[in-house]
Amino acid sequence: MTPGLSTRELMFEAASRAYEDAGVDPRKDVQSFICCTEDFWEGISITDEYMPDQLGAVLKPLCTISSDGIVGLATACMHIMSGIADVAVVESHSKISDVLNPDEISSFALDPIYDHHVNADPRFVAGLEMARYLKETATKRDYCAQVAVKNKKNALLNSRGVHGANLDKDAVLNSNVASSPLTELESSKTIDGSIVFVLASARKAKKLGDHTVWINGIGWSSDTPWIEDRDLAKAAYAEQSASRAYKMAGVRNPATFFDLAEVDDTYSYKELQSLEALKLAAKGKAGKMVESGTFDRDGQLPVNASGGSLGVGHLLEATGLHKMLEAVLQLRGQAGRLQIPRAKKAVVQSWRGIPTATGAVAVLGN
Amino acid sequence: MKNRVAIVGAGMTLFRRRMLESPKELSFEATRMALDSAGLELKDIQSVVSGSAPDAFDGIHMKGEYLLDGMGGIGKPNQRVYVGGGTGVFTPIGGWWNVASGLYDTCLCVAEEKMSPLHPHPQYAFWSIFDQILERPLGTTLLWIFSLEMRRYMHKYGIKEEDIASVAVKNKGNAVDHPCAQLGAKITVDDVMNSEPICWPVKRLDVSPPSDGAAAVVLASEKIAKRLTDQPVWLDGVGWTLDTTHWTNRDLAYPEYVEKAAWMAYKMAGIKKPKKEIDIAEVYDPFDYKELHHMEGLQLAGKGEAPKMAVDGVTQRDGDLPVCPSGGLLGVGNPIAAAGMMKICEVFWQLRGEAGKRQVKKDARTGLAQAWGDLMQVGTVAVMRS
Repeated sequence: MTPGLSTRELMFEAASRAYEDAGVDPRKDVQSFICCTEDFWEGISITDEYMPDQLGAVLKPLCTISSDGIVGLATACMHIMSGIADVAVVESHSKISDVLNPDEISSFALDPIYDHHVNADPRFVAGLEMARYLKETATKRDYCAQVAVKNKKNALLNSRGVHGANLDKDAVLNSNVASSPLTELESSKTIDGSIVFVLASARKAKKLGDHTVWINGIGWSSDTPWIEDRDLAKAAYAEQSASRAYKMAGVRNPATFFDLAEVDDTYSYKELQSLEALKLAAKGKAGKMVESGTFDRDGQLPVNASGGSLGVGHLLEATGLHKMLEAVLQLRGQAGRLQIPRAKKAVVQSWRGIPTATGAVAVLGN
Repeated sequence: MKNRVAIVGAGMTLFRRRMLESPKELSFEATRMALDSAGLELKDIQSVVSGSAPDAFDGIHMKGEYLLDGMGGIGKPNQRVYVGGGTGVFTPIGGWWNVASGLYDTCLCVAEEKMSPLHPHPQYAFWSIFDQILERPLGTTLLWIFSLEMRRYMHKYGIKEEDIASVAVKNKGNAVDHPCAQLGAKITVDDVMNSEPICWPVKRLDVSPPSDGAAAVVLASEKIAKRLTDQPVWLDGVGWTLDTTHWTNRDLAYPEYVEKAAWMAYKMAGIKKPKKEIDIAEVYDPFDYKELHHMEGLQLAGKGEAPKMAVDGVTQRDGDLPVCPSGGLLGVGNPIAAAGMMKICEVFWQLRGEAGKRQVKKDARTGLAQAWGDLMQVGTVAVMRS
């Protein structure tokens, strides 16, 4: 939490570091700026009004993409591929410490006629999804708890991991119920932060240094906005996004292709659901694989080695960018104590949170 | 540019003060009409770009998610692009990069706005656009800051209120021929001058109304477009620019951000002399003075010279440079994002010779649509060719 800083100050700090790292001057070298924000989280209508100055983007092309940061990255990719930009910048942030009533804000995203009046913790949707997932896949309840144990433990090594902890499954299962069967320790907590990425065309990137990480595939998708119409057991949006990103990157066998994965773990069961949607685990098998250590830091495929959203915290629309950041540091060999040896290929996936069925997937390589 | 992008279909709903249809239904109507006009079905669409201005109008958080099914976005890549009042023209620009990048061959672009749910008046949504510390305590409204801008524009170039009023007369008159229009009317300069001052020099008839409505276009890559139609309209130039947050620090007499956005689009379209090369323009006109102000930013008139063009009839439908032949926001209505998209639709129909009674007299080959928004801060420009 950053009560002493404004959103604009957070953005300035993140942007300055990103420009320094990339060796670019935003006023001269960048042709497009993209911010991923939602009005209600900002407490401002038309939030792009407040974005240009601290990014060095005054009198430049800047726009809001009201979605997760990875959709912002996809937009930057399209700007570069269509030839309107050589260098593009993507920013997203969370300033949840300014929001007095986050649950109420989330509730305003429920259908105004059929669902908004429910007047409950919006995580009731997560409880429903989790129950459905467990039933359909016959996954054991405590496998979900193991996801929280793993990710919170991973976060202890991460300097950003403010929700890191050494817990056992019983502690997770016995924590307060968020929305049955989901418990509080299986539910990520929101934190503040701003994340900025600098993207460049291949030609330009070669001039900008030797620590380039390539986006080889990217996809984003949405399932129906009607909660009542969805198959709650699976993450259809992640399946669709992954199939587009894999096709673009030429990934045929995802289960053995990647060296690491940073996937959605807003809630414990989401990691299992996502791993199956990304075809990193067979249907209904993700839980057992977590339990047996396949996805541990030193396992066959480290998943959320950073600590993920459960260990580091949830950053609203910047959550996807946080996962990208952790993966990029790994592929650059700059992950410090978190470093996974010989990390060359990564998959990153995000979800926009309750009540959406929208998410994105990126395939990275170094 | 990697791929040339064409508009192959357009559609819109009625623009009205209070529509009974839900935001999803309005989106559906415009989308269906655009698909029908392109001869396509939803299964032919590869990606969707949506546009809608503040969530505060509907009180729906993540409005892009809510609108998804009405816009045909289920199971597809969907992006909601957002630059305040500039969103309408920016929505097809979002579609442009979906197709120009080579990632998708067809893209549906839908803009929707339902302002009427906000009580007691849609203007209240705009309270929350101002800086929480410096501006909100003053109780600032949008009309105040526009009256400042209009006053500054008049002062700098010695422009008469009557000359500005002629724009409202033209646009409301043009809208009489638009089947979707909310405020088409034959009025006189005196009517505008005698209308109730809202925040001087802005009077009631200088301002566009709050409206509900939706509009949509279908974009396609060159290969697909040529298969679909003999009359594709090419989206050959796109541009957008955002100025500083601190609107109090700029000279309100001239919209530099519109100029920058325009040159980005002109450069892409290979236009060197906009005054000569642009045949018709749908310039953003939420206020009558804004049409003139924007014509100058768009390089269609010299600084301070646009009012004379309006008074001399140059911008009439039968003039040398028809501006807002649709009737614009002043006449057709102003459901924020949908209003900008309506301008794109109008240029599409004009360039195809399908504008019916609104068809301009000259042979129009190159058209322009522009929108503007935020804290008098953003310009979005699209250049189209038949």
